[in-house]
Amino acid sequence: MRVALFLTCVNDTLYPDTGRAVVKLLTRLGVEVDFPLAQTCCGQAHYNTGYRHGAEPLARHFSDVFRDYEAIVTPSGSCGAMVRELYPRMGERARAEGRGDTLAAALAPVVPKTYELTEFLVDVLGVTDVGASYPHTVTYHPTCHGLRALGLGDRPLRLLRAVEGLELVELPGAEECCGFGGTFALKNADVSAAMGADKVRNAESTGAEVLCAADNSCLMHIGGTMTRLRTGMRPVHIAEILASTEEEPAR
Amino acid sequence: MSGTFVGMPGFHPHGLPAFPEAAREAVRDTTLRGNLRHATHTIRAKRARAVAEVADWAELREAGKRIKDHTLRHLDHYLVRLEESVTAAGGTVHWAADAEEANRIVTRLVKETGESEVVKVKSMATQETGLNEALEAEGIRAYETDLAELIVQLGKDRPSHILVPAIHRNRGEIRDVFRTEMGAWGRPAPEGLTDTPAELAEAARLHLREKFLRAKVGVSGANFMIAETGTLVVVESEGNGRMCLTLPETLISVVGIEKTVPTWRDLEVFLQTLPRSSTAERMNPYTSTWTGTTDGDGPRVFHLVLLDNGRTDTLADEVGRQALRCIRCSACLNVCPVYERAGGHAYGSVYPGPIGAILSPQLRGTGSEIDASLPYASSLCGACYEVCPVAIDIPEVLVHLRERVVQGGPAVRGGNKVVLKPAKGHAAERAAMRAARWAFGRPGALRTGQRLASRTRRLHPRTLPGPGRAWTGSRDLPPVPAEPFRDWWQRTQGGDGGIGGIGGKGAVK
Repeated sequence: MRVALFLTCVNDTLYPDTGRAVVKLLTRLGVEVDFPLAQTCCGQAHYNTGYRHGAEPLARHFSDVFRDYEAIVTPSGSCGAMVRELYPRMGERARAEGRGDTLAAALAPVVPKTYELTEFLVDVLGVTDVGASYPHTVTYHPTCHGLRALGLGDRPLRLLRAVEGLELVELPGAEECCGFGGTFALKNADVSAAMGADKVRNAESTGAEVLCAADNSCLMHIGGTMTRLRTGMRPVHIAEILASTEEEPAR
Repeated sequence: MSGTFVGMPGFHPHGLPAFPEAAREAVRDTTLRGNLRHATHTIRAKRARAVAEVADWAELREAGKRIKDHTLRHLDHYLVRLEESVTAAGGTVHWAADAEEANRIVTRLVKETGESEVVKVKSMATQETGLNEALEAEGIRAYETDLAELIVQLGKDRPSHILVPAIHRNRGEIRDVFRTEMGAWGRPAPEGLTDTPAELAEAARLHLREKFLRAKVGVSGANFMIAETGTLVVVESEGNGRMCLTLPETLISVVGIEKTVPTWRDLEVFLQTLPRSSTAERMNPYTSTWTGTTDGDGPRVFHLVLLDNGRTDTLADEVGRQALRCIRCSACLNVCPVYERAGGHAYGSVYPGPIGAILSPQLRGTGSEIDASLPYASSLCGACYEVCPVAIDIPEVLVHLRERVVQGGPAVRGGNKVVLKPAKGHAAERAAMRAARWAFGRPGALRTGQRLASRTRRLHPRTLPGPGRAWTGSRDLPPVPAEPFRDWWQRTQGGDGGIGGIGGKGAVK
């Protein structure tokens, strides 16, 4: 099977380790991974800040880049939800504005074949034991768009439970938002910071070494709060844990 | 267009600080944070249990959504039907286009009775219109009889929650308010009042009893109005509503036009979803229904004031109109992480929390600083949508209203089609978004930027000046990697990688 990696602009720029982990993991599972270099950004930040029309060319570009692949895999619940939930909505809105079906038709091909990483592993490849080893205590934070928009459910937990040596501890208040929220983190910095502090306090109370999530944007906020508070915990993307093996262990 | 006044002192939107500024104060108030954390977490867990008991919750939610959507789609028809039914049952119907008109009508009706005081059932519509203040200005005193509204009124405070307006107060604070303020309004608090719930409730009961027995005029809102019979419905927990709806000689109900449902049968759905979503009760203790007037039973005179106040404008918006499905249960407030930390006052409206963030900018417009900031008072986590018993997609409406703020565009205000201008203060953001779109439209430009960031990474400061402080004030910046992923990919896996995609230098059409 040949899939396209939609890494997301944030991961490409700031978290290349996550990208390398996805490639390593999928390759190990027999999937041929392609990274179309023309990819940039799905347009979520534009869309959610109120610049829907500004997001439209980015969405069209996304579709141009990815439409011919069998499947599109992304290590981000949030950007995955943008394509799956909001691209169809953008098409509908354009139609409601009297601009016809062109946008809806342009975006339609990529919608059903875009998968968040854990969905792709569990639903498409049908695996929960990916042959990983990670001898650390981990707590998992389900990020909001993965949890509520994509309905990832317990897929990430099933994957983590199958990792050799990994001790999974439950995060109190797991389903509460961490306070990132894209531009919310800047526009409402005080409330965002308060939410982040509470999330980190809950994470610390588990005694885990690692806070794991399926979205590096949320982890950037949580991790930035963790280091500022000198907690000694570290944020790690789920792809890096699932890619980790005894021979090549992740941090 | 006439101005719409959102009642309580300090809730007139113009002159109120934007949400982030108001929230900044609230976030630092440790008592408030403690009170809200305790209250919202308690009710959140109870609601979840009460909802989980119902096997067909998803169907009830869908049914409630459909009943409301159908009614709103044919609101013109059902409102006329309602008026006919209420009139036939002996009531009088008044139509109020805005808050001022509603207040004027109620003031005149009270004056015609010759009375100078009224007892009130908890009502969001009269909070919205600022009725108490309007009556006060005409020498008429309005007594709130809902326990939490009483606490707010005695404390010269503002409500901070739709269902529990004094949620920001703890027991000790309530005791202090009762001790110092009750005497000025009527029967004083008993000597040696403590902060035990039973004693506080008894103090309120004694204080309110004399108001109930003396009052000749009652003022209420309503949870539902049934078009086919002209019946109004109030659901409540304390019994004060029942007192106000039955004891006075004259009853005046001020109700938003969106509270209409077509038939009695529709209550089947909402009387299941509302109590469980709001107070986490299987059934609320008191459900009062009345149809016009009945000789020898209850008020002899009944007036219904139908309130528009921005609702028709809201109905004209295809995306935003779903906010009118709201049955004021407050589940979205209780589950909202932003509300929990910012508190209700920061929303600058009688409608706080997620529903307030989509309702206030629609009912009042986005012309004030607070109303233009409310659509951004959310991390779009979606918890509100998940718990909403009428499936209002609050995140969808928030984003839609953000669009209205930054882009402007067509809207309906005061019944007229207008084209709104983009709000001020978004120029830098707009430029940044445009620049980002430009770079994201050109993978080559994106790569140049990424490489520049990587090569200068040792020079990056740990904290940022200016607007960047919004991030680094509370969070460290992530370290920038030695190279972006795309460079690693090109070095190691090679090639462009596209199979029919466009080339790396391609620009967005």
